Amino acid sequence: MAGSNITVEQVQQIARLARLQIDPQQARRLGQELGAILDYVATIGQLDTTGVEPMAHPLPLQNVLREDVAGEALPVEQVLMNAPQTDGPFFKVPKVIGGEKPEA
Amino acid sequence: MLRFDTILAARQAIASREVSAVELVQQSLARIQALDGQIHAFTSVYAQRALDLARQVDQGQRKGPLAGVPIALKDNICTSFGTTTCSSKMLANFRSPYDATVVKKLEAAGAIIVGKTNLDEFAMGSSTENSAFGPTRNPWDTQCVPGGSSGGSAAALAAGMVCGAIGSDTGGSIRQPAALCGLVGLKPTYGRVSRYGLVAFASSLDQIGPFGWTLADVATQFQVLAGHDAMDSTSLPQPVEDCVAQLEQPVAGLRLGVVREFASAQGVDPAVKAAVDAAIGRYTEMGARIVEISLPTMPYGIAAYYIIAPSEASSNLARYDGVHYGHRTAEPANHIIDLYSKSRAEGFGPEVKRRIMIGTYALSSGYYDAYYLRALRVRRLIQQDFERAFGQCDAIICPTSPVPAFKIGQKSGDPLQMYLVDVFTVTANIAGIPGLSLPCGFTSDGRPLPIGLQLLGPNFSEARLLRIGRMYEAATEWHRRRPNPQA
Repeated sequence: MAGSNITVEQVQQIARLARLQIDPQQARRLGQELGAILDYVATIGQLDTTGVEPMAHPLPLQNVLREDVAGEALPVEQVLMNAPQTDGPFFKVPKVIGGEKPEA
Repeated sequence: MLRFDTILAARQAIASREVSAVELVQQSLARIQALDGQIHAFTSVYAQRALDLARQVDQGQRKGPLAGVPIALKDNICTSFGTTTCSSKMLANFRSPYDATVVKKLEAAGAIIVGKTNLDEFAMGSSTENSAFGPTRNPWDTQCVPGGSSGGSAAALAAGMVCGAIGSDTGGSIRQPAALCGLVGLKPTYGRVSRYGLVAFASSLDQIGPFGWTLADVATQFQVLAGHDAMDSTSLPQPVEDCVAQLEQPVAGLRLGVVREFASAQGVDPAVKAAVDAAIGRYTEMGARIVEISLPTMPYGIAAYYIIAPSEASSNLARYDGVHYGHRTAEPANHIIDLYSKSRAEGFGPEVKRRIMIGTYALSSGYYDAYYLRALRVRRLIQQDFERAFGQCDAIICPTSPVPAFKIGQKSGDPLQMYLVDVFTVTANIAGIPGLSLPCGFTSDGRPLPIGLQLLGPNFSEARLLRIGRMYEAATEWHRRRPNPQA
């Protein structure tokens, strides 16, 4: 476990995965904060969990199935009403082809 | 305060025509107008809509157990009217196209939602200081936090602006503000209340629940909120017991569990310990048997929680991409990933970013097994601890929060210190069990600050938990105390 040694490079790597732009000053501070938090949460490593089934969810629910029938859906105008930019029935985003892909 | 400041009093006054629903809502709005500049409980108020609905109550068109009662709704619950901001710059202008199931149920029961309340951004926090719109203040001492993340709902009720309030609890976000504001708060069993329309933070931990001045008010609201919903695949089909009808029946042969591991918990304020010990004594006088139980995995609860909750959050909050809804950067973007990264950097506050980063790290290749998967195994151990314990007792009794309300700014500089405030509450969310907080005393040095008692029970034990809480409430006077915030 990495614990307190979260370097600025590691912070930037996590930020890239999380799609968050972080400036160098923030990265230093985040490195310290994440280091302290990860040190603390790493204490679960002290417990013997051999043979314990992971529990992702509190309920023993199995697949909840229903008939595949069309129900009411939101009208397109309502689906789009919060979009920053639209074009007819579409979400509009900046041109993505030909641009430079950031390092991932 | 409102003249009729509880749901029960408001309902009786409306039924006996002592007051009209319109008058009640007017009083609520006037109180908000007078005090909210200071308290900052609300992110938005819907005066005209509330008055229109109240008029329908007075004209007999809207009926139900909450008819005409002014309530407040946490602003991470979707409403088809106004905005649903999650107290985030990301959703500052977001208008939901639909109502959450709980909103439909509350309004069908006649409740009047007068406004939506402040929270820690996306419900991530324990003080309501992480709101992009500024902190909420505690009506008992405006230098102090109201707790969080449902601090706005708790403060609105504690300040006498409404008769009831709704929050959400992912790691203590109803129970802890209830404790810090002198209220009763209930986190129901996971799956008992529909999450449809609750903006997701950590989907396997989130639950909606009510705040009230009394057990009766909490029972009344819970009864309205609870039940199966086809729109939430994690909502449970089991029928809901009638909690209101049984509330006054004491639990015969009550066995209360005291947790051995909590005796050595660090950082418990002496006033909190004394008040909880006195409450345990009160139960003993009423004939309850106190059983010492062991929850050996408990000391690892916070650590497991602060892996699981951020992991789920990092996934849930991936939807805020500046494309479909929410904030989009005005900066030029060369690539779609650039657009995402800049929009998210501008839209999210520091604590949300921290949690997304922790979760992304815990789920990333090379760390997944050591952090996330191991936390899920610890989660199983915690659930098994509770199962064993509930074989020996009807409910576990412990503090809700290790400390009373703390000063604004006191813990906000150190994220880890803030996390540790959740020590007694997170394990209920991890296991899925219900938890109740109720007032059990006040601090005696300086301004009196409320102290909360927590009762934890097995799945679906809400009716019994409320009865156990009511036994204590009926024997004490704490629930009658009110703060006196000044404009």
